[in-house]
Amino acid sequence: MQVPAPFEYERATSVDQAIGLLERLGSSARLVAGGHSLLPMMKLRLANFEYLIDINDLHGELGYIRLGADEVRIGAMTRHRELLESDALAQVFPVFRDAEKVIADPIVRNRGTLGGSLCQADPSEDLSAVCTTLDASCVIRGANGERVVSMEEFHVGPYETAVADNEILTEIRIPVKSGKSGSAYAKVERRAGDWAVVSAGAAIWLDDKGHIHDARVGLAAVGPNTTGIPEISAALRGHEPDESLFELAGAIAARSCDPSTDTRGSAEYKRHLADELTRRTLRKAVERARS
Amino acid sequence: MQVTVTVNGVEYTKEIEGRLLLVHFLRDTLGLTGTHWGCDTSNCGTCVVWMDGEPVKSCTVLAAMAGGREVRTVEGLANGAELDPIQEGFRQCHGLQCGFCTPGMLMTCRHLLDKNPDPTEGEIREAISGQICRCTGYSSIVRSVRWAAVHEAEAAETKEEAVAQ
Repeated sequence: MQVPAPFEYERATSVDQAIGLLERLGSSARLVAGGHSLLPMMKLRLANFEYLIDINDLHGELGYIRLGADEVRIGAMTRHRELLESDALAQVFPVFRDAEKVIADPIVRNRGTLGGSLCQADPSEDLSAVCTTLDASCVIRGANGERVVSMEEFHVGPYETAVADNEILTEIRIPVKSGKSGSAYAKVERRAGDWAVVSAGAAIWLDDKGHIHDARVGLAAVGPNTTGIPEISAALRGHEPDESLFELAGAIAARSCDPSTDTRGSAEYKRHLADELTRRTLRKAVERARS
Repeated sequence: MQVTVTVNGVEYTKEIEGRLLLVHFLRDTLGLTGTHWGCDTSNCGTCVVWMDGEPVKSCTVLAAMAGGREVRTVEGLANGAELDPIQEGFRQCHGLQCGFCTPGMLMTCRHLLDKNPDPTEGEIREAISGQICRCTGYSSIVRSVRWAAVHEAEAAETKEEAVAQ
């Protein structure tokens, strides 16, 4: 029987109260949202805390998808199912729905949250790759107010984030740029709902002439954290999208990533996947931007 | 710590450890062994119950998290001696062989029919994609859910006609 080590259970009723508890309990406490990453880690005793602070009651406060003219704001307690089912979100950023379809299974998606996924900081985690692809920023709140960090700053290593012991991730902000845009996500997994062997997200913005105004690729499971590849963006900007350009991007992805050989596959195979999935998602993103 | 959970309409208040998982609370503390405990890793889905109307894997939910919430288990499906149509469907169409996955399958499929009364085979397979039948009886499970969908629709029509008359 897998059971976590003993801990004291606390339940937060507001963000401010959660921060108050964290201030008091410090590093001996951890927030739990959906719990579908953290509880399995605690069952395996890979994570142990004296206090667990349940923030599921904050869904009313932190569960939302707000679409603005120049920014989409998503509350950290928004559950996978809500992200999957939001037509408005799929309209602006189809990459979310692509990714959500391949995250775990429908029952797990009823519990897991965007904020929990990002805070888990697993190198193979899909929404981290999506947020990296979309150049998202993370709003972190503490007793002294809010600070906003980029995805690159948010993930400081495997299973490590910029969120301090007395802080809470409250919101993800994604810039909405003008012009035609498209995005897509693709994942290779050993079995349905598994962690990625490798996955890739791509987003593309076209100017009036149909040339690439900006492009971004985010990869999961090929480095210590999900990886954005600025070299691809630089290589693609200003060009008209075509197959040779996707090939170039794939080659850059394969060369820039840093996979390791493990039970999910060899480093060589993962580089091959980074190449192939980069091309595949860019192709799809362009197709969507043009339609 | 003390927790109060409503299970199948009955309120229970119990003294528990914070680390107690909902599946063990249901089975061991309350003696409701209809909910099965399988893989312990939120993969197999035999422990699925509803919490506030949503199917959840109870091996990955703390009993404390269910405090103040409403839980529905497989014991809460039948109305006295009258089986829920989803249970009757599994009975009619051989939707179970060894029966180990059945409680989770029933809870997930009941929820599916509540949201989508006329699901396609693809939609049924998607709904149960987080659940494993170790007898691999998926085709029979799909047929059972379709049986329930058809019979529920017929029953609703008969009721409407009766009301109209």
